[in-house]
Amino acid sequence: MLTAEDKKLIQQIWGKLSGAEEEIGAEALYRMFHAYPPTKTYFPHFDLSQGSDQIRGHGKKVVAALGNAIKNMDNLSQALSELSNLHAYNLLAVLSPVFALQFLSQCLQVVLATRLGKEYSPEVHSAVDKFMSAVAAVLAEKYR
Amino acid sequence: MVHWSAEEKQLIAGLWGRLSAEQCGAEALARLLIVYPWTQRFFDNFGNLSSPTAIVGNPKVRAHGRKVLTSFGEAIKNLDNLKGTFSKLSELHCDKLHVDPENFRLLGDILIIVLAAHFSKDFTPACQATWQKLVGVVAHALAHKYH
Repeated sequence: MLTAEDKKLIQQIWGKLSGAEEEIGAEALYRMFHAYPPTKTYFPHFDLSQGSDQIRGHGKKVVAALGNAIKNMDNLSQALSELSNLHAYNLLAVLSPVFALQFLSQCLQVVLATRLGKEYSPEVHSAVDKFMSAVAAVLAEKYR
Repeated sequence: MVHWSAEEKQLIAGLWGRLSAEQCGAEALARLLIVYPWTQRFFDNFGNLSSPTAIVGNPKVRAHGRKVLTSFGEAIKNLDNLKGTFSKLSELHCDKLHVDPENFRLLGDILIIVLAAHFSKDFTPACQATWQKLVGVVAHALAHKYH
């Protein structure tokens, strides 16, 4: 469960990254495709080279969605409802959403850590990890 | 057997040469205990683990973190025989310590984040990919003797 302190830390960190959302999203996705090749199977129609328009575009979308979730941390289920439906019904068969999203969470955290260094403290790390788990759980809600 | 390209070996050795086993080990273990609090159950006799500050400052956590990373260093020297290198440790973690191997994966991921925070832009996507592979095979080798 996200505590009040967790939420505060997440909002603070997110505030620090304002303006760099597209880069962060693109980098997280690129790292995910590179470190976890099976994740590429969900994007056969994408140009997955570093800096591609499609990775930038999708990265921007992902981070915008996370930003929206962060503004609505008290009601993640509702905030992410559309996306949950989208991932469940419209996209190509995502076998195990929670599993796949773990890789995105890891890569997003790596990007945050490279940018924030010491500021990505254990407390911040913990809060972000919990938040990404909560997001994954909500997105997986509609699967079955 | 896992295959390592020359580039991968370089990315591993390059980073390893630039880090302190004590510092990174202590940090990684502390974060494991903080981010995944249920792992504290394996460290009953470590004393005060009551808060992130207590955990980070705990000398037993530092010492054990160093031990873990030093052992990791052995893996790096023996990339072509990880299962052999970790055979005894695998038995220990199964028979005496009763640690679910899933925890090795968690620690591996945390180590990656510690490296990212330390090395910043130098921790490139290629670097991350290689190290994710490394922590994965180490975790696998540590789980190998479980029965």
